[in-house]
Amino acid sequence: MGSYLFYFLIYPGFLFAAVIGAFLSWFDRKITARVQFRKGPPVLQPFYDFFKLLLVKETILPARGAKGLFLAAPVFAVFGATMAGVFILLPLINITTGFKGDLIVIFYLLTIPSLCYVIGALASGNPLAAVGASREMKLIMSYELTFLLVLAGIIIKAGQSIDLYQIIQMQQEGTPFIGSISGILLFIVAIFCLQAKLAMVPFDMPEAETEICGGIFIEYSGTPYAMVKLSKYMLLFILPALVIAILMNGIRLEGLGILWAVLKLVAVVLLLTLIRNTNPRVKIKQAIRFFFVWMNLLAIIAIVLAIFGL
Amino acid sequence: MSFKSYCFKKSLWLFHFGGASCNNCDIEILDCLTPRYDVERFGMILVGSIRHADVLLVNGSINKKDKPRLLEIYEQAPKPVLVVAIGACGCTGGIFAEGNTFAGPVDKIIPVDAYIPGCPPKPEAILAGVVKLMGKN
Repeated sequence: MGSYLFYFLIYPGFLFAAVIGAFLSWFDRKITARVQFRKGPPVLQPFYDFFKLLLVKETILPARGAKGLFLAAPVFAVFGATMAGVFILLPLINITTGFKGDLIVIFYLLTIPSLCYVIGALASGNPLAAVGASREMKLIMSYELTFLLVLAGIIIKAGQSIDLYQIIQMQQEGTPFIGSISGILLFIVAIFCLQAKLAMVPFDMPEAETEICGGIFIEYSGTPYAMVKLSKYMLLFILPALVIAILMNGIRLEGLGILWAVLKLVAVVLLLTLIRNTNPRVKIKQAIRFFFVWMNLLAIIAIVLAIFGL
Repeated sequence: MSFKSYCFKKSLWLFHFGGASCNNCDIEILDCLTPRYDVERFGMILVGSIRHADVLLVNGSINKKDKPRLLEIYEQAPKPVLVVAIGACGCTGGIFAEGNTFAGPVDKIIPVDAYIPGCPPKPEAILAGVVKLMGKN
């Protein structure tokens, strides 16, 4: 019981994921600044932002909204990110959960934060938040199928195993899945799914600062907004960690393995940041077509190749 | 200095309210966010919603149409919020001070924490004002 609480609250759950995620968020902003020839924020900037929102700022509740739901949504978003983080990170640091089929649960848990943002936005009663929420819902519907196809490709490559621990072990004994044609295709599709799940720039229409003033988060201030930020930090860590687990061999926490783990994580986040910095925001219609037609096509080609063992 | 005020000082998020401005101050404010001056070094970013803002930048002369809007924006901001009046029009009214539609400089409507005079103030002057604002509390 005690060790479970430790897993959930400290390592590798809530606290660990939040701290690493905050550093990755700084890395993301720093790279963005360097791409634009700026100097960028200091290392502890995400922590300053979080503690300012948590401790200093006033929380304003919408007068004509569902106040309880508005406040509960960010808490459940953090909860969903923590649960998904525990299920992804435990196999990654070589502790078996003994749970056959956790890949399916991870898929469902990763939907919870986005869904909570939608619920919170609709509970605030703000018209711009409603626009953002409808866009987020369309985005969820377009990328979830693609993400499921990516996981299906991984399951086929792993010989019908839906246990993340076994998938990682299989890669560490043989070659990582990204070392084949279907693996590369699945990696490309997975990176675009991550971009949409994190609501980063080509797919950031739900929050579109310049267009609908923050969209789904427009009414959030103070502590609830700190929770939103926290869940965003955690997602920025656990989603790249999932890609590393299912495609890039997992990590090994001994000797040089630690360096490799850091390098893999930084490389995936760097890729996401560079995509975000070199693309304009697309319209929601274009995003849906992009996922439904092109990414699904790519994922299905990858699955067919995986069935033939390529 | 306490931990709370240190965090607040290190992460000031800006919201820009332009009154009946000639757009010159707007452009100078945007200059501060460009690579040459880069206020993100100090943890400042421009936010889209007043609910996320810590600093309200007000420029331009405030006329009768702007006054209720400025008041509403100020009341919607989560406290503590700092107000900075930018440019001659924001600080005193400038050449519009005796106009028919002029409704008073910013500090007659809402409390102002820092004044940055100039027509328009140079980005260096805005940065100097920002640094003074960070040293104030």
